[in-house]
Amino acid sequence: MSLLEIENLSLMIGDTPILKAVELSVAPGKVMGLVGESGSGKSMTALTIMQLLPYAARASGRVSFDGIDILAATEDQMCALRGDDIGMVFQEPMTALNPVKTIGEQVAEGIRWHTKASRADAEDRARKMLDRVGLPEAKFPLSRYPHELSGGQRQRVVIAIACALKPKLLIADEPTTALDVVLQAQILDLLRGLVSENRMGLLLISHDLGVVTEMADRITVLRHGEVMETGDTARTLSEQLHPYTRQLALASMHVPARPKTHAVSQSKPLLEVEGVTRDYSGRRTSLFQRPTPIRAVDDVSLSLAPGQSVALVGRSGCGKSTLARMILALDKSTSGTIRFRGETITGRSEAELKAARRDMQVVFQDPYGSFDPRLRVEKLVAEPLHVLEKKPTPAERREMVAHALHEVGLGVSDMDKYPHEFSGGQRQRLSIARAIITRPKLVVADEPVSALDVSIRAQILDLFAELNQKLGIAYLFITHDLTVARAITDEVLVMHDGRIVERGKTSDVLDHPQSEAAKALVAAAPDLHRAIARRLQEQG
Amino acid sequence: MTAYLLKRLAIAIATLILASMVVFAVLEILPGDPARLMLGLNASAEQVEQLRNQMGLNAPLVLRYLHWVGGLLSLDFGRSYTYSVPVIDLVRERMAVSLPLALIALALSTIIAIPVGLYSASRRGRAGDTIAMGAAQLGVAVPNFWFALMLIYLFAVWLRLVPAGGFPGWSAGVWPALKSLLLPAVALALPQAAILARVARSALIEVLNEDYIRTARAKGLPYRAVLWRHALRNAMIPVLTILGLQFAFLLAGTIIIENVFYLPGLGRLVFQAITQRDLIVVESIVMLLVVAVIAVNLVVDVSYAIVDPRLRGRQ
Repeated sequence: MSLLEIENLSLMIGDTPILKAVELSVAPGKVMGLVGESGSGKSMTALTIMQLLPYAARASGRVSFDGIDILAATEDQMCALRGDDIGMVFQEPMTALNPVKTIGEQVAEGIRWHTKASRADAEDRARKMLDRVGLPEAKFPLSRYPHELSGGQRQRVVIAIACALKPKLLIADEPTTALDVVLQAQILDLLRGLVSENRMGLLLISHDLGVVTEMADRITVLRHGEVMETGDTARTLSEQLHPYTRQLALASMHVPARPKTHAVSQSKPLLEVEGVTRDYSGRRTSLFQRPTPIRAVDDVSLSLAPGQSVALVGRSGCGKSTLARMILALDKSTSGTIRFRGETITGRSEAELKAARRDMQVVFQDPYGSFDPRLRVEKLVAEPLHVLEKKPTPAERREMVAHALHEVGLGVSDMDKYPHEFSGGQRQRLSIARAIITRPKLVVADEPVSALDVSIRAQILDLFAELNQKLGIAYLFITHDLTVARAITDEVLVMHDGRIVERGKTSDVLDHPQSEAAKALVAAAPDLHRAIARRLQEQG
Repeated sequence: MTAYLLKRLAIAIATLILASMVVFAVLEILPGDPARLMLGLNASAEQVEQLRNQMGLNAPLVLRYLHWVGGLLSLDFGRSYTYSVPVIDLVRERMAVSLPLALIALALSTIIAIPVGLYSASRRGRAGDTIAMGAAQLGVAVPNFWFALMLIYLFAVWLRLVPAGGFPGWSAGVWPALKSLLLPAVALALPQAAILARVARSALIEVLNEDYIRTARAKGLPYRAVLWRHALRNAMIPVLTILGLQFAFLLAGTIIIENVFYLPGLGRLVFQAITQRDLIVVESIVMLLVVAVIAVNLVVDVSYAIVDPRLRGRQ
């Protein structure tokens, strides 16, 4: 007997079909993984179950939860179900909590609402729930506000809210996508524990096949609002009978071909970082004491040869982005020297840096946020050209933009479009076009593929590899995702608490990590091969 | 929190000192000699000079500024050139009308605007929202004296519920005084409420798109509870900002309404003082308004911190 049964569910928003005849079921105490790429209708399926769809959405078919017909239920009935029998956890923990209410209020609110418990009783239960999700009283009293917690801690609060009343069904929509791998492993572990303790059904929505394989008993693959395949997780993914499932699995393990690898011992280094440290002023604890500085980057040294591709991996907050900003001369180091092409760039004025800027460019994580929506592509991609010695004529500029677009696989006709006319993957191609237009020697890429779907991500990794081969651009990839590091880099630097704790050839470090930090990263990273093997083994 | 408050207070005091210098300097530069004005066109140069000495107008600038500030601090604003009474008495009398009027209008504006904003935001794009925002648009566009005239026609002339104008003074009893302030307060409040409702609506719409609203809904709270408990407080910052600005306006920008209802308020006093070159009155009232605006801003800053805990830790 299923807890949740979805039959022939179709959904229209206005005139756009979002879901087409979706079938899905979740059994009590079991985990159903719902995978698919962005826009495939995963979240809309979840919101249909919760009846929290946008105003213009129309659902048809049958959704039955614990004997209740959800699509026919009144709003009052749904309010009684939500938060009590069905809990939901969302993707973005940074914004999922009300910033003006304490975590105690927010966890207790649902408890009070559904059980009519007194404030004291509800707070007592909230306390116990927060303890359960790993936020002990001593460090996390009920009076804490969300902004005083990190992303992982906030996600624990969201899980506490969702699970406070021991729901029969928990819907988790990309619950770990915004977290680093170590936090991801912890949160998944917590969810697994709650499922087995309460015999809760879990609908786990993710674009990450590795995560789903580790967690789910059964899997449903969604594409363009239609179910492609559904079945036992291990069998579905090991046999890969459905072409789309195979495509997804291949894409998520994709390693671009890079015949030429660049030896470290080559000529003189392109980039040298020596003993670089960055302090931020800390919070003032008293009016008369100097605040103790926070050391974000601590005595880091590294070097990068021309054409070499290096990954800088580490958990969120380890200082990798700060280091990257200093290398790009966007932030000043507290001490230490950075040399680029043999010239010192630390402590130089903006005018003196102009030549260096020409040879180093950056690609950011978010392909949506890094473009001015009111500018045309021609202007956006041409932006770095102002660092050139000689200002190009408009005709030359168009020529250069066209060439850069061609190199990243876009057409000349795309030049006159606006960013919103492109998909996420295409926008990341635009950012890469913008980065390579000045023919840089070094591109720093800060989590360049983590916002992208697996198939798009495979394409973008291919593009990075191809440009490295063709143009000899050196890369510094900043990432917490080891599959990216494995796919495209020669060397790995592992960063932890502002220091580089391990370095070496990518395959050596990832296969035989030595330091604690590297071991933790490797152990936490979901790996599709390993997960499938383990699943099959469990089933004998 | 204490650090935040101290910092805000320090900023408020610094602003006040700076503003007092500017007010003093501007009035120094303005043409028009008060001594000549008081004595009339036929006065001789000696007579004017004598009066200037008497009034201390010939003392050095810095000295006069310090003297003026000292007077302000001890509530001695000097004597009005035209009325020949202490300015403080004039101001006190007028404040007894303007302050209650501003407060009632502000309260009314808030009471009207917040529910309208909530209603509109929660049904954005639908008929109710369109009608409410259409009305708000009208409220912003139509001048308040027209509202005032309509209100007089309806409630004073036709229904005879309240007086059409004038102010009996608080000595005549609280109710009669309040009654005469009611229509002007409504006339003042309507356009303000229209602006505030639009601000509240757009702030709420922004907040309602936030992820935490969905979290609250997923808890099982009905939409209405989510609106009041989660959305409203988060939308308060822009609303408080506008409220602060409106209070300053309501205190002294009400001259038209004061004229329509024949109320002896601050607005009319300052207007008369300007036309009569009664600089000392103008100076005093302007300073008073500066103090009021800065005080209101301080209150607004403090309420930001009450509304949003993230601001408390910041310096």
